Amino acid sequence: MTLAVAEERAATNPRVSERANALTRLRVADGSFRAITFSAAVFVLLILVGVLVSLFIGAWPAFRAFGFGFLTSDVWSAPKQQFGAASAIYGTIVTALIAMLIGVPVGLGIAIFLTELCPIPLRRPIGIAVELLAGIPSIIYGIWGVYFFKPVMQDYLQPFLIKTLGALPVIGALFAGPPLGYGILTAGLILAVMILPFITAISRDVFETVPAVLKEAAYGVGCTTFEVVRNVVIPYTRVGVIGGVMLALGRALGETMAVTFVIGNATRISTSILAQGTTISAMIANQFAEADEGLFTSSLLALGFILFVITFIVLAAARLMLARLDVKAGR
Amino acid sequence: MADFYHKRRRSNAVWTVLSYAATAFGLGWLVLILGALLWNGVGGLSLDIFTKMTPAPGVQGGLLNSIIGSLIMTGIGVLIGAPLGVLAGTYLAEYGHSSRVAWVIRFINDILLSAPSIVVGLFIYQLFVVPFGHFSALAGGLALAVIATPVVVRTTEDMLNLVPNTLREAASALGMPRSVVIQRIAYRSVRAGLVTGVLLAVARITGETAPLVFTALGNSLFEWDPRQPMSSLPLIIYDFARSPYPEQQKLAWTGALLVTFAVLGMSIAARVLTSRVSTK
Repeated sequence: MTLAVAEERAATNPRVSERANALTRLRVADGSFRAITFSAAVFVLLILVGVLVSLFIGAWPAFRAFGFGFLTSDVWSAPKQQFGAASAIYGTIVTALIAMLIGVPVGLGIAIFLTELCPIPLRRPIGIAVELLAGIPSIIYGIWGVYFFKPVMQDYLQPFLIKTLGALPVIGALFAGPPLGYGILTAGLILAVMILPFITAISRDVFETVPAVLKEAAYGVGCTTFEVVRNVVIPYTRVGVIGGVMLALGRALGETMAVTFVIGNATRISTSILAQGTTISAMIANQFAEADEGLFTSSLLALGFILFVITFIVLAAARLMLARLDVKAGR
Repeated sequence: MADFYHKRRRSNAVWTVLSYAATAFGLGWLVLILGALLWNGVGGLSLDIFTKMTPAPGVQGGLLNSIIGSLIMTGIGVLIGAPLGVLAGTYLAEYGHSSRVAWVIRFINDILLSAPSIVVGLFIYQLFVVPFGHFSALAGGLALAVIATPVVVRTTEDMLNLVPNTLREAASALGMPRSVVIQRIAYRSVRAGLVTGVLLAVARITGETAPLVFTALGNSLFEWDPRQPMSSLPLIIYDFARSPYPEQQKLAWTGALLVTFAVLGMSIAARVLTSRVSTK
């Protein structure tokens, strides 16, 4: 049947033209569904661009007024209309550092326990329990921190640290001052618990990508469990573990509510980690609602912009590392 | 030689103990936190919580307006975030695959997944609160939608990737166009997975406080109108936990108990659903 004949038939036979119509309808529906999903995907990109642009526009007056000094000045005074981000940036970095110092080894320890030591029937329940820690909202850590953790810090841990480490030369300065309960160390410790599950979940997943033959070979030549972990598992998954750690760091840097409750919210830099301080996110959460229009609000938006840029870089690096591991595992 | 074996065995024992200790430490915190919530929160549970408004200092009251506010704002967040996330996830899994655009979107989505939520609050403040001149539940809901979307995108993509390609090929061989294959075959075979994504998103935004502080603001009165400031459970916990009045502190704990168990319940439900999808 030639094309011309077919077209003629289509013109005369209503059933064939109906079929052609149906096909056109399907093609239009098909095309528009694809277009809709594509625009939804592009919308995700627009959110990111929107966050960056809107924060930058809002932050511009502060950046223009203070220039580079905004990053280095630790003066934060509404009456004087002088704002600097240094104390907030300092607090953010120090609390995140404390959190990593404790969270990383413990998180890795749990991951090793779950993949190498734990009896198999217990793996799932314990894994889920640790992941539940990640599900507890930030605000709950906050209220718990104020009513339970802060008194423990004030009555036991901080006096103990002051008496022992505080008496040492050099590092004693880190533990100087009265035991206030609130402070940078308290915030850092709570952050450590909050990032634990992220480190555990990701390290456990990457540990499981180690081919069993490699581990068996190591056990076969007589390695102990921890020699296998140190010489086979960790080297094989190094990039992934670092990726997971960076991801947790990104979380720690941006965490707001838990920190706001326990850090004391003092805009100053002190050498002692027992002293009260603040972080970028705590500062925004605390002051934004009562900030007057103009430089004050703009400075807080500038803080938000800085926080977003820092976490973006950390998280991007984390994702790139994890992506490299996916390629290696052939996923 | 015996010395060497001894040393190795000893260090293995030390590391094993440390590893057990780390796990005990992690689980210990979970027990401490849940225990504190039950200890302080259960006593406050009564019918009043669900029928009375948040009180002024020194007065007995409940959490009704906060609970309703939480439901409304979470609802707005899911109604916007879930369709958007499912569609975007569909593009990544079904059309984009390994194309450059899809790679970039996936990358950005993963970053948004862990971006600080307070920054999202600032973003919505700039976008919806400043131009309209007042705080509103709608702005709060939008902030939650921005947080919910990446969660749904990620799970949708992961779930659609579980659909065997032979299933798609069979449907295509019957003459189904692509969009019909996706909607009738792919979505259906991972329906439970898609629900999981939405559940996870709801769990995530139910406890969010930071993005609401300067979008929804909070409200001590009952409010249905999403154009007005509205209270929510996390917001009232934030307020009352720092209050000097014991009645309000007690309500904060009860609210915290409600939020935590709602969130944990949803994440457990999501986990049960996922295991059903992946064993299929």
